[in-house]
Amino acid sequence: MKICISSTGSSMDSTLDPRFGRAVYFIIADTETMEYESIENTAALSGGGAGVTSGQLMADKGVSAVITGSVGPNAMNVLKAAEIDVYRGLPTTVKENIAKFKEGSLEKIDSPGPSHSGMGGQR
Amino acid sequence: MKQIAFVSGKGGTGKSTLVSSLSILVKDKMIADCDVEAPNLHIILKGNILNKEDYYGAKGAIIDLSKCVECGQCRETCRFKAISEEFNVIRLKCEGCGACTLVCPKDAIRLENVKTGETYVSNTDRGTYSYALLDIGAEGSGKLVTEVRKKVNEYKDNEKWILIDGTPGIGCVVIASITGADAVVAVSEPTKSGISDLQRVLGVAEHFQLPSFVCINKYDLNLEVTNEIEKYCKDRNIPVIGKIPFDPSIIKALQDFKTPIEAGNTRITEEITNIWSTLEKEMAKIGQF
Amino acid sequence: MRIAVLSGKGGTGKTTVSASLALSLGNYQYVDSDVEEPNGGIFLNPKITDILPVNVKVPAVDENKCTGCGICSKTCQFNAIAVIKGMVLLFSEICHHCGACIIACPEVALYEIEKTIGVIEKNEDATFMQGKLNIGEPISIPIIQKLKDEMNPHIPIIIDCPPGASCNVVESIEGCDYCILVTEPTPFGLHDLKIAVKLVEKMGIPFGVVINKSSKDSKIIHKFCDKNKIDILLEIPFSRDIAEAYSKGRLPVHENAEWKEKFRAMYEKIKRGVNK
Repeated sequence: MKICISSTGSSMDSTLDPRFGRAVYFIIADTETMEYESIENTAALSGGGAGVTSGQLMADKGVSAVITGSVGPNAMNVLKAAEIDVYRGLPTTVKENIAKFKEGSLEKIDSPGPSHSGMGGQR
Repeated sequence: MKQIAFVSGKGGTGKSTLVSSLSILVKDKMIADCDVEAPNLHIILKGNILNKEDYYGAKGAIIDLSKCVECGQCRETCRFKAISEEFNVIRLKCEGCGACTLVCPKDAIRLENVKTGETYVSNTDRGTYSYALLDIGAEGSGKLVTEVRKKVNEYKDNEKWILIDGTPGIGCVVIASITGADAVVAVSEPTKSGISDLQRVLGVAEHFQLPSFVCINKYDLNLEVTNEIEKYCKDRNIPVIGKIPFDPSIIKALQDFKTPIEAGNTRITEEITNIWSTLEKEMAKIGQF
Repeated sequence: MRIAVLSGKGGTGKTTVSASLALSLGNYQYVDSDVEEPNGGIFLNPKITDILPVNVKVPAVDENKCTGCGICSKTCQFNAIAVIKGMVLLFSEICHHCGACIIACPEVALYEIEKTIGVIEKNEDATFMQGKLNIGEPISIPIIQKLKDEMNPHIPIIIDCPPGASCNVVESIEGCDYCILVTEPTPFGLHDLKIAVKLVEKMGIPFGVVINKSSKDSKIIHKFCDKNKIDILLEIPFSRDIAEAYSKGRLPVHENAEWKEKFRAMYEKIKRGVNK
């Protein structure tokens, strides 16, 4: 299964980025083989619509689930339309989040957080 | 790390004076001047520049006049009246939408990144400080605010706080100043427009579900309005964390590049110290700590 | 005669100067183009009788024609369109109303619908106009343009501009005959004044300076203006009385007829300069 984790860095050992649309990197991983691709999020610095573009990217990449902190309303609309599930990740490494996801212990997010929540970093 | 954004419905309420005073009183913090359209703190906060980068904040159309046949289709299409009679792009008006590039029959127009300002991070005796200076007429975008905040984060060294001097108003730039912050402090003044200005900016904070606090500056200029502001806040459960009196010596001190703290104004110093300790307490109360 | 009043930042007294000037002239049209925070009404107490919506065009999709190719999404520079599973998702809050997607769509499946982003308010004789941007809308320019369309060219027009030197200010002062730059005698004020000066010079509009909250102690603005040969049109002193009156919605011109004379004299001076 192909999933995407919003990440602060480009490797499996990087920490989860709690922002979706404005995450620094996206790690797209295959949960069976653990092969992964890291994509720098060019939308992170766009003036507006980062969530829309990031959602579009997920759909284009054909991922089935996204692990992140919070997803704004626009991104949520795109992800829902693409039938991509969203899970609330833990403030730990990408690798660990994938393990927790496989265990089924991550909480599914159904409603969006405040929009723009990722603009400019959190905690 | 907690990020506190200081905002106001309009300029001139004393937001920068408060933030610059707190820059002395609060220890273990970094500062981001997100009032990118009129950054002010760098005038007071002198330091060594650690990082300076050109900021390409916009896309703009470029017309290759050697290919242009002056058919005028680009000018007809442009909704922003950004193409002159001589087929030059008026930089101040071009939104970078690219509509002109789509209609040009000669492929003479392309979109390019345009420099709109510079970002700086400097090392001051009051902590790491991030700000931006815009080119004239360039728009202070949410993107630039985000960049200023990102830059200060890059220099993070386990500080406890980031003080964000936000943009006045309610537009996109304000949204970028406060989103992702842990709390918003709205600086208000008891003028006739004071309440409506405050309501608007608190509306933005509420829209983004951020805990808000209010500080009333020059409160004694009009006690009636001050009472109204306090009542408004009380009805909405927004704590008023401080009231600063009108004091001409604040302006006088400013003329010598000094905050009221440095000018030795004990009354104001005490009040601002109180504001900060109340804020710390309130933050603890709402479970942010 | 169209005069714009601006300042590098807010709170320097832009509205004080514009409203005072308007009240001193008697015959005027006052236009508040600070659409994020229109304040002029507080001093002029207009009775708003006309409210005109300001509409922009945003895209809509004809699903019968759309093939889901995704070209619109790639064309949009503002990330306002996503195409998921062949379905177009439009986000009108991010849209800049440029029309590029309409041009780009190979199937002619996109068309435009009107969306209200704010209003223009006028009093009965249209001597007062202000624009108001809806909360959450990112772009004010269409509201300022509409204000300009509604201006009365036969009487003196005073435009109270938004603060700063952004595109909203550029839009407001474009086409003006003269700019009044309001500042205060502090290092902050000087810094912001320099920015405002650069802007009006770049746009080639004649200008002069009004010093608000002026005091005998600080000549920081005088020095700058002397050096750069900039006219100082008027000084409004820093006083608790003026600040207190202001907080109640009263201007110096309300309290004292002398101020009316001073503002009228300033207007005459500007007019002579412009006509020269």
